[in-house]
Amino acid sequence: MNRHLQLNEQGRLKHFLTIEGLSKQLLTEVLDTAESFAGMSEQQVKKVPLLRGKTIINLFFENSTRTRTTFELAATRLSADVLSMNIATSATSKGESLLDTIRNLEAMHVDMFIVRHALSGAAHFIAQHSAPHISVINAGDGQHAHPTQAMLDMFTIRQHKKQFAGLKVAIVGDLLHSRVARSQIQALNTLGVAEVRVIAPKTLLPAQVKSMGVIDLHDMAEGLADIDVIMMLRLQKERMNSAFLPSESEYFRCFGLTEAKLKYAKSDVIVMHPGPINRGVEIASGVADGPHSVILQQVSNGIAVRMAIMSMTMSGHGSAA
Amino acid sequence: MSKILIRNGRVIDPANAIDAVGSVWIADGKILAVLNAPADFQTDQEIDATGQVVCPGFVDLSVRLREPGHGQKGSIRSETRAAAAAGVTSLCLPPDTKPTIDTPAVVEFIKDKAEKVGYLQIYSIGALTQRLAGSELSAMFALKEAGCIAVSNASEPLANLLILRRAMEYAGSHNLLLMYRANEASLSGKGCAHEGAVASRYGLPGIPEAAESIALAQCLELAELTGCRVHISQVSCRQSVIKIQQAKKYGLHVSADVAIHQLHLTEDDIIPFDSAYHVLPPFRSEIDRKYLRDALANGTLDAVCSDHQPHDLDAKLGAFPETEPGVASLETLLPLMLRLVEQHPISLSQAIAVLTEKPAAILGLAAGALTPGFPADICIFDPQCSWQVNSQTWRSAGRNSPYWGQTLRGRVAHTLQSGRIIYALADNAIFED
Repeated sequence: MNRHLQLNEQGRLKHFLTIEGLSKQLLTEVLDTAESFAGMSEQQVKKVPLLRGKTIINLFFENSTRTRTTFELAATRLSADVLSMNIATSATSKGESLLDTIRNLEAMHVDMFIVRHALSGAAHFIAQHSAPHISVINAGDGQHAHPTQAMLDMFTIRQHKKQFAGLKVAIVGDLLHSRVARSQIQALNTLGVAEVRVIAPKTLLPAQVKSMGVIDLHDMAEGLADIDVIMMLRLQKERMNSAFLPSESEYFRCFGLTEAKLKYAKSDVIVMHPGPINRGVEIASGVADGPHSVILQQVSNGIAVRMAIMSMTMSGHGSAA
Repeated sequence: MSKILIRNGRVIDPANAIDAVGSVWIADGKILAVLNAPADFQTDQEIDATGQVVCPGFVDLSVRLREPGHGQKGSIRSETRAAAAAGVTSLCLPPDTKPTIDTPAVVEFIKDKAEKVGYLQIYSIGALTQRLAGSELSAMFALKEAGCIAVSNASEPLANLLILRRAMEYAGSHNLLLMYRANEASLSGKGCAHEGAVASRYGLPGIPEAAESIALAQCLELAELTGCRVHISQVSCRQSVIKIQQAKKYGLHVSADVAIHQLHLTEDDIIPFDSAYHVLPPFRSEIDRKYLRDALANGTLDAVCSDHQPHDLDAKLGAFPETEPGVASLETLLPLMLRLVEQHPISLSQAIAVLTEKPAAILGLAAGALTPGFPADICIFDPQCSWQVNSQTWRSAGRNSPYWGQTLRGRVAHTLQSGRIIYALADNAIFED
């Protein structure tokens, strides 16, 4: 039961908490729906009335300007009323529990929570304890999952590579602390790429990482050979203070993506990054701004993909009722 | 005191190698005779144990009562009622109460409370260091005089190995047993799950097995150096089992226990983020569980405890990493031991021994056996009785059991402590205040 928390009786999305357990068919549907929204941004009228009258709360227990903004835009374009709350600095620091915060907001007749929280499992917890009519979308929980980011990455890959079959994808960087990477790996494997490689020093790889369905490597030359897609991860500066790494410069030398290292990959490789990027730490500016980079397209695609997920989860609730 | 006859049960008393259908006679709070009727016995009260097992009351090496200091989670009254319903007649209370058990006054308070609620055999474990802060020795001699049966730093770390060494030397000087929870805090950090495939998949901070086995190895080395008698509490992994086995083989006087739920649950059971499964040490891998079970069967692990840790609802409501660890486990102790008997080459008699005779021997108590002259601490249980874990059947104030709502087999029918019936299932009676 717990395992299917995010699906209704008909197998439709009612929450979007994790990629785990979702079928290839469902993920493809998210991408197709997103595609139908993608053209809208260029039009004069950028709105559709799909979520008119619905109230959506962006519940950010952890700051993130970009993710919050794209969710706000996505909600607005679906004609929903949207309110963003930065709880990191308000209620919970006054000793109010997570559950009390949720209960209070519920009492204001909200239809959807978009949740970002510093602890793994927070979005699951909120979904389990919210009123049955409320949809919960995970906008990143601890080191667990960031499924909307993974889906916009998949959308971007499909834009450029047309299909997933046969693709070889490398994820580079701090996988240990990355919710993005966990969701990316699950999405890539569900959509049926040929190979997912993870490239990092052992200090930044989770235990038994192979069990996640990846090949683990510690060398960029070997790791990037014959690769179609490179997904870089952000390196937090505080990793230097806790003996994960000796220095930024040594990390950049070994694992930073430079134009020279890019040559190991296929000539039509695309380079992705969930942002915000640390230039000269995990990626050289020449690569970030270069012809292989699709980093800014990821950002634009984020709106369409989030619109798709929001409308799908909301209609999943409708058909369940 | 009344004379009680427990009639026609399957009497299992591993300490005296008894496993036969028959009766037990009790007089003046003590065991008078087993199987062979004494002369001139005027029965005041008779308990019919037909179809049931009659064995020594269980001796539990780790039970949090949550009093003093954590009244929202439980009390000496609520948790000793749970203990009585679980067939536990002697229990050890770890020193992480609030205030900690580092002065005779706290020991006295607990004794008074125990007397008031009518559950006498609570054995306080004294704090190894003052306030469990890990740097200054507690007044161990005073604690022993006040009645502490052993010393321990509970789950709190010690400042360094020198403190551990001196604490062991000092405890040894007063012939006090050290109960040691092996955990190298710098390796376990803020972990909340076994460092393995499941924690990796769910992005939960992991605790490697080495956090336990390294601390265990250090403690064993110091036991050798200081001659202090050591009991390792709540072992969770394969590497620890191997180290204990080696130490025993080379003649070190060490014993060890395992918490009942570690013999059943693994990392795979924590299902996405169910805080009922948040426990320390964490549920480990299938391989670890196999090692723990084998170690229990071959005697490397001496005893099984409940490691009972009741919590209030709020403590378990939240994102998994921020919830409090621990399982309310007294009342599932017997059914889970019986499940082990069904699943594994451990006999019923062995299962009873690790709950009675063995832990009593670790503590040096005249308990855990039906030896004539011993206090009549007895558990009578129906091995076939099925019952559901729910608010009707449960007595602990903590409902944080992974087995909540499940149907388990094996239920305590009567519990006697020093010849007094402190629990009877049939009429739902409970001992008086």
